[in-house]
Amino acid sequence: MVRCFLIHTVCPVTALSSGESRVLYSRLFGPDEAVLSEQHRGLSPEERRLLQKEKISVVARQVRSAVSLCREASGRQPVDALPGDEALVLQDADCGVVRLRAGDPFSQEVSVLWLAVQSLGFTLVCEPHENLLLAEGTLRNLTRHCLESLHMLGQGSEVLLKSSRIDVLLSRLLPHGQLLFLNHRFAQSLEKEVAAYTSK
Amino acid sequence: MYSHGSESLIKQAREIQESELQKFYSRLVKLLQIKELGHETLDSLQKLHLILSTNKYARTLPPDLQKRLLLLLSSPSEQLQVLSYAVLRETLPSSGEELNTIQENVSQLNTHAAALLISQAGSRADLSDLCAQLIRGLEVRPSEGPSRSLMFTLPVLRSVLSLSPDCLTEEHVTAVSKKLVDWLRYASIVQGGGASSGGFFTGPRSRQPLPTAELDGSVSGDFFTVLCMGQGFTEDQWMNVYSFSMLRHWLLSCHSVSSGNCTMDAASRLQLSLSLSHSFSNDDRSEVDGSVVSMVSATSSSSRLLPPKERLREKAFQYSQRLIEQCDRKAQKKADTELQKACMVEAVCILDCVCTEDPSMVFRAFPSVKALFGRLSSDLSFARVLLPIAQFYLHHGEMAAVDCESVWKLVFGRFPAELFNDPFLAHELLRFLRQELDSLKLRAPEFIRFLPNLLKFLAWDSAAVVDDFVDLLPSLVTEGTAVEMLHTLLDLPCLSATLVLQLRSMSSPISEPSSRGLLSLDAFRNPSFRGLFLFLLRVETGSGHTIDRLSTLHDLLAEAADWPRVVRCAQTVPVLLHIYFNTVVTVADEKLLAHLVLVMLERSSLLLAIPKYSAEIHRVFSCHLLRLCKLRPSLVVDQSHELLEFAGTTANVYSRKEVYTHVVWVLGEYLSVSSDSRCSVTLITSCFETLEAVLFEITSSAPPPDTVCPAPKVITTLMSALAKLASRSHDLIPRVSLFFSKLRTAARSGPVAWCSDEDDLVAIVTRGEELWSLLKLPGVAQSVLTPPPHVITPRWHRDTNLAVPLQLRLLTRLTQPK
Repeated sequence: MVRCFLIHTVCPVTALSSGESRVLYSRLFGPDEAVLSEQHRGLSPEERRLLQKEKISVVARQVRSAVSLCREASGRQPVDALPGDEALVLQDADCGVVRLRAGDPFSQEVSVLWLAVQSLGFTLVCEPHENLLLAEGTLRNLTRHCLESLHMLGQGSEVLLKSSRIDVLLSRLLPHGQLLFLNHRFAQSLEKEVAAYTSK
Repeated sequence: MYSHGSESLIKQAREIQESELQKFYSRLVKLLQIKELGHETLDSLQKLHLILSTNKYARTLPPDLQKRLLLLLSSPSEQLQVLSYAVLRETLPSSGEELNTIQENVSQLNTHAAALLISQAGSRADLSDLCAQLIRGLEVRPSEGPSRSLMFTLPVLRSVLSLSPDCLTEEHVTAVSKKLVDWLRYASIVQGGGASSGGFFTGPRSRQPLPTAELDGSVSGDFFTVLCMGQGFTEDQWMNVYSFSMLRHWLLSCHSVSSGNCTMDAASRLQLSLSLSHSFSNDDRSEVDGSVVSMVSATSSSSRLLPPKERLREKAFQYSQRLIEQCDRKAQKKADTELQKACMVEAVCILDCVCTEDPSMVFRAFPSVKALFGRLSSDLSFARVLLPIAQFYLHHGEMAAVDCESVWKLVFGRFPAELFNDPFLAHELLRFLRQELDSLKLRAPEFIRFLPNLLKFLAWDSAAVVDDFVDLLPSLVTEGTAVEMLHTLLDLPCLSATLVLQLRSMSSPISEPSSRGLLSLDAFRNPSFRGLFLFLLRVETGSGHTIDRLSTLHDLLAEAADWPRVVRCAQTVPVLLHIYFNTVVTVADEKLLAHLVLVMLERSSLLLAIPKYSAEIHRVFSCHLLRLCKLRPSLVVDQSHELLEFAGTTANVYSRKEVYTHVVWVLGEYLSVSSDSRCSVTLITSCFETLEAVLFEITSSAPPPDTVCPAPKVITTLMSALAKLASRSHDLIPRVSLFFSKLRTAARSGPVAWCSDEDDLVAIVTRGEELWSLLKLPGVAQSVLTPPPHVITPRWHRDTNLAVPLQLRLLTRLTQPK
């Protein structure tokens, strides 16, 4: 199961200290693990929500540092692209996977897959026994849809103002965090539904 | 991509004033009262979501707004469902009753409302209830068309099961397992949905449903799987996809739900599965078939007798076998080829899981897994598929009496050597190692041979995998690998540079002159240096610990010292060395430890010249030299010859001062009869003379050109060591005293060439005077500078001298009135 999906910055942001990342979209799947753990049983709903937000920012920070190390090591800097270049940008995107230990921040060990497209990172947090090949394919697919339907290669802020499109996308391609084995026909059928929603 | 516009939007959303927010709330409530769905309503809802989500601290909405939003969750318009869910998940959960009203009519629940219920469930009991209702919805099929909850029920169950397996009871598991069997094995094999693009089919022939197709376009000959295509899909075909997607996890967690009260014992299970192996792809429904031999119909009906979990296992097995066959076909689209890889991984994992629960299935599964291995092993692009196959071999190879050597040669021998730069393969291979370490040590202990190969992952992308190596390293350090491992870790940055060169050499043509000063690339391609690089790139241990021409190698790679990859690698080496030394003391005998001390001394000057790298390594060496000698004091006497050689070389005072300081300290501390009875007066004297010579040399003249003054710590350590040695052999005391008096005289007459800082000089002279006055009383000096062991180990209450005051104090406190 995928525990969460994030879209966050991987470039320096003036309002934040270096190393920090601004989370533009986050979606956690499944029940809140604080409710089910012994350790956090006594927390109020407000505290639990805060804990979730903190966990998400930990993941974003880890990915941010992984992305900058990867880009530094390979020596490639992302080149600015225009809307319409989505496929090219995706092909050139840096990708990788980070292992986060149990307890830091999730109660069990997780594998964090990331795809860095210029200044933004798209991240999937997967449980240990997940099929990472499928997860990688799903992440690329999700990223492509986000880039296209939210015009992310331009200067707009649709990722913040039209986040419901991402919610619908996730509800079809990653329902409740479940990765799906979709051949191109199944995928087409779901994408048609998403497109129908987006065009309204 | 991320612009100032977005940043200012977030700022605005965060800094919205409370009064403005309240006005916004009331406007929104008014908008929601209007029947029609307007753009303004949707935009306002989206804005509300932005305001709520950018804040770390939760807000409570006014109750009427909250109520309206909850009602919207069940709205027929998906846009309202999504937006209300988005807003509600950022607020605090509403009271239970309101949620219950949504939950009541589960069959009309939509996926977004279900997501809210799950995320805001306050307890295990709530989750349990929801699951129970959803499962009931699965079984009861209303006559007026498909229930909306069907599609997302399985993902929801999976998400609850992941975090809280005990939310499902045994009945639930049985009910769901039965449905899974139906969907996996008996989904319809005709295309559903009809032709959605109108006008394509005409005439009565169009009414005949077409069979589903395989990925290469040919007609499907067997039951429906995720690798079958059609123009449209029926509902049970969708459920086939959802079922397979969660199958592995279901099988893995199922057995933790029930307490394993299996009604069949092992013998009858074996008998059944043997008979089932004859009816491999028999359709259970075709039991009444005259041409079929009665044994087959008996076996097909006997599979009906299996309890639901075993039946599911059998169907999972068949599904996986079919997938593996289907993956042999060439897909028409690239996306489908990728899906085939993922399916192969999943299928093999499911077979592994099924065979672990029921070992009698191993004999049925192995042929197809083995065939798959044979097909894929020569193609490196399938490396990630071969890892689960290797895991299958590891778990079940012994049972099937199959030789796995070729598998390990491929996985540990070829993959790290050729695919070290694939981050996903590195992650998965190292995870496999971590999780199966015990199994590997038992069944494939030769994997340790491939140590140099495995370290290539670390050399390439240290930051990403250092965590894995922190876990793995203790198991990789054995008596046989210790020395080679130390050398390899110290040369890890060299390996990193070599891997970079290897890739560059493959990508750039040979005739091109190396641009940007890549002399190292030329060196890499130069046949006379080939041996050096080939040693670093070796795949297995056993071809020597290190090379003779190490300094040549370091010179050739000098320009790599500022490559980012090499620098990062160098930063992780000290951490790993600490782990290495902590482990090696537990496995090494005295002889090996002695060898390691020598390696430390030798390598402290043989390191790649990366800034700060030498200093860090020296620090690690010093720390562990101390620990080793403290643990085995007799090491010092054993290795006194080499240690004295090191300590007698004045150049070391300047170039390796940290290590030098500690070597001198160790000599002073442990070269005594109490550490090792073999320590003779001659040895002490010769050590004394060596150290004395160095001390004279460095305190009599200015340091050599291009070096700074010797560190004060070196001088004081030398003085202390001399004093300690003298306290053990009293003939040496006059010589030491002479030195200290000369030192005091020299210091009084003005600044000295060998010490630039006046405070340092004062400290040195003070220390000299302390030692001098101590040595005036040889007996006292001996007990202070060479204390017998029982003085330095604390004995607390066991020490009669210490015990009496403690006892008295205790008694006083007990007897005193409060």
